[in-house]
Amino acid sequence: MDYFLQQLINGVTLGSIYGLIAIGYTMVYGIIGMINFAHGDIFMVGSFIALILIVAFGITSSLPIVLLILALIGVLIVSMALTSVWGWTVERIAYRPLRGSFRLAPLITAIGASIALQNFVQISQGARNKPLQPLIPGGFTLTEGGADGSGFIVQLSYSQILIIVVTTVLMIGFTMLINKTSLGRAQRACEQDRKMASLLGINVDRTISLTFVMGAALASVAGLMFLLYYGVIDFYIGFLAGVKAFTAAVLGGIGSLPGAMLGGLLIGLIETFWSGYFSVEYKDVAAFSILAIVLIFMPEGLLGKPEVEKV
Amino acid sequence: MSNWDNNPVLAIEHLTMRFGGLVAVGDLSFNVGRGDITALIGPNGAGKTTVFNCATGFYKPTEGRIVMNRANGEHYLLERMPDFQISAKAKVARTFQNIRLFGGMTLLENLMVAQHNPLMLASNFTIGGVFGLSGFKSAERKAVDKARYWLDKTGLLDRADGPAADLPYGDQRRLEIARAMCSGPELLCLDEPAAGLNPKESAELNTLLNAIRDEHATSILLIEHDMSVVMEISDHVVVLDYGEKISDGTPEQVKNDPKVIAAYLGVPDDEVDDVEEEVGL
Repeated sequence: MDYFLQQLINGVTLGSIYGLIAIGYTMVYGIIGMINFAHGDIFMVGSFIALILIVAFGITSSLPIVLLILALIGVLIVSMALTSVWGWTVERIAYRPLRGSFRLAPLITAIGASIALQNFVQISQGARNKPLQPLIPGGFTLTEGGADGSGFIVQLSYSQILIIVVTTVLMIGFTMLINKTSLGRAQRACEQDRKMASLLGINVDRTISLTFVMGAALASVAGLMFLLYYGVIDFYIGFLAGVKAFTAAVLGGIGSLPGAMLGGLLIGLIETFWSGYFSVEYKDVAAFSILAIVLIFMPEGLLGKPEVEKV
Repeated sequence: MSNWDNNPVLAIEHLTMRFGGLVAVGDLSFNVGRGDITALIGPNGAGKTTVFNCATGFYKPTEGRIVMNRANGEHYLLERMPDFQISAKAKVARTFQNIRLFGGMTLLENLMVAQHNPLMLASNFTIGGVFGLSGFKSAERKAVDKARYWLDKTGLLDRADGPAADLPYGDQRRLEIARAMCSGPELLCLDEPAAGLNPKESAELNTLLNAIRDEHATSILLIEHDMSVVMEISDHVVVLDYGEKISDGTPEQVKNDPKVIAAYLGVPDDEVDDVEEEVGL
């Protein structure tokens, strides 16, 4: 039981990070119907920007706690802003000129953008792993073990709490933005009929750009969380995290915002439980197998809307 | 002199649209008078929808220009503007022959989307909207009031929170008009608004269009095949055939124009010879 609880905590943490990245995939797919393969690398860039800021400002765990929290909030805001510029730029130079071209064209430039970002970071930052000392050490010990005689200690670290709280807040805020604000309405309108939205006076290009900016901002939050949680990053982390998050978006139903969050959580849990109970080597196989099974029986994903062709 | 020549809200000047070798519209000029209901009629394939598509930014015309004269004295050359500005700045709105609603959104949301630009300004580009600042809230309330006003006008208020795709056909047509009106247009272009409506519904449509014209200072340009609608409500009728204007005037003048009768309206069998003689066939 204790072991199960520990896996649950770890799975939810990992799932939160996947969920944040998955939102970027699902929103872009929703509005222009393409998979932004560079999104995982935007996450990686966000992670690097956060690392550079933390190191440059000398933020360490020895700072007083209030100062540390303020510093991390500052890092979060600055890295969101900078990563957004990266997301905006990728859309502007790799996708917008190809809008109205055939469907595969932006897919190819997306792969190109992904490789370009990876190589840029590899060359400018070096190919070696970048470690970061734990900024938020410690945590709560939930059970001292021995309740069932196993002697297993369940821990909930402060960084896990931080990740889960920040993700929950962001997802609520984001759902509000999509459902309640005029920009969110414009995005949903563009999703359904871009031309008509344009005829009603909505600047569609700007709305699409803002979608990329939002996705990139959330990815950079995920990047910072990843950095704090694992403490080591390299230029290649965007690939696997991106593929996992994309899987999460498809699992939840691509184009659906709550679906992306749910899918992220599920992928995180599946992966963690599989590693905990079966074998770590096959955790990716497990995650992708579940995806394949879900897609065979529910092609539209868990929360996706089935496509109804009206004649 | 007629109102449309004196005080045109839209002036189409020497408009030509070619698709390869096909001339869909050839050297077409006509005016739409401010405060008029103008009908554009003609057989299928005469180029009516092409004129609409040129005026609303779907097509870039091969030749000619389309001038929108707004009530505040501003002039816009529609053929040069990106399509979102035609609605936002030139204040031209349109509906479609095949209805294009946002089916997955509610009726109210459909009408709120049409008010995006003022709301975006009021929400300080969304920042205010996320934090629920008062300026955005009051703008949002005003927009909801406007949307509800139009839903009431079109008799759809009781379904305001249902999805637009579930509406029956006639209601969807009216919702499209309501949505176009929510963008605050000075010229409303309607592509076959009475298509598929039963006689009772098209009578209601006439009332609605008259109300729009009289109470909201909006001029209307419509494409229509239903002559009972055209002859009853329009102040000005323009007839196209093969992309060219064959007649232009009041409904009375047009109805009795032999060219229009030959090309479009038709006559009883025993009068065919007389008409053919008149137009020189």
